[in-house]
Amino acid sequence: MKDLALHILDITQNSITAGANLIEIIINEDAPDGMISIYIKDNGAGVPKEMLKQITDPYTTSRKTRKVGMGLPLLRQNAEQTGGSLTINSELGKGTEVNVKFAATHIDLPPWGDISGVIILMVAANPEIIFSYIHRSVKGEYEFDTREVKKALEGVPIDNAEIREFLKDMINENLNEIGACNTKLWEKDNNQ
Amino acid sequence: MTKIKTLADLKKMKEEVRSKITLREQGDNPEDRVQVKVAMATCGIASGAKDVMDFMVGAFNKRGIDAVVTQTGCMGYCYAEPTVEVTVPGKEPVVFGYVDVKKADEIIEKYIKKGILLEGIIPVNYQTIE
Repeated sequence: MKDLALHILDITQNSITAGANLIEIIINEDAPDGMISIYIKDNGAGVPKEMLKQITDPYTTSRKTRKVGMGLPLLRQNAEQTGGSLTINSELGKGTEVNVKFAATHIDLPPWGDISGVIILMVAANPEIIFSYIHRSVKGEYEFDTREVKKALEGVPIDNAEIREFLKDMINENLNEIGACNTKLWEKDNNQ
Repeated sequence: MTKIKTLADLKKMKEEVRSKITLREQGDNPEDRVQVKVAMATCGIASGAKDVMDFMVGAFNKRGIDAVVTQTGCMGYCYAEPTVEVTVPGKEPVVFGYVDVKKADEIIEKYIKKGILLEGIIPVNYQTIE
């Protein structure tokens, strides 16, 4: 997986497969321990206890189409390479929480990638699922909630191309405003 | 400082979009539209399915083709990712493998617009051996 955005897309796909209709994504760049944390919570089917124990084993999957499942193992590997960690909590019938931490200053931290693009892709492809995305940085917090977006849209489909483009710009501008996803590094570079 | 887009702006611009939609899509049912499913499991994402999907969404819009692009899970063709399933109204679904942006462009121009079959189609009767 090339960047953090693709990891988020990949892990959230598990929530969608688990039949969730509410998915929360919280990215926190403002933790006192200097770690970037990505937290994905869903109200899907949950993972059985036995499977949870070996869920980051690449030979564990609930799929029938193939015998390997690389999503969580790859994420765990990328996180641990920076000195971070991956924890998963799940309860059958209630849902699953994935919490992954990356050391923000480590050389092996993957680039952020197209976070807004990934959020919009998931939102537009799954209009029946509620997505709540919160991004915290040193400078502030941005919240994107599809319930509010839908209210503003008053029935205009969220997967319309122009609406998608608008929403992507809106997320980007707001993330820039709070200096999220390394935009603060950008500013530093420009000042030099 | 430039003004940041907000939901209030969205509320304003949506009416314009709505009027365009009613002109273009009224009376249509989903079966009359081209349906594209991009496989987006770990294997698909890792081999670039997101770029393909972004490209197709943009291309359909720019070229005025009425299509629905959605994502789907792994279809078991991990070796051939990114894979894309295309259903043209009135025809059987066709799965294309090894799709990059260039191939996606070819699928739109040749298969969807003209009905010409291309290389890289995964046979529907393919099954994995247990």
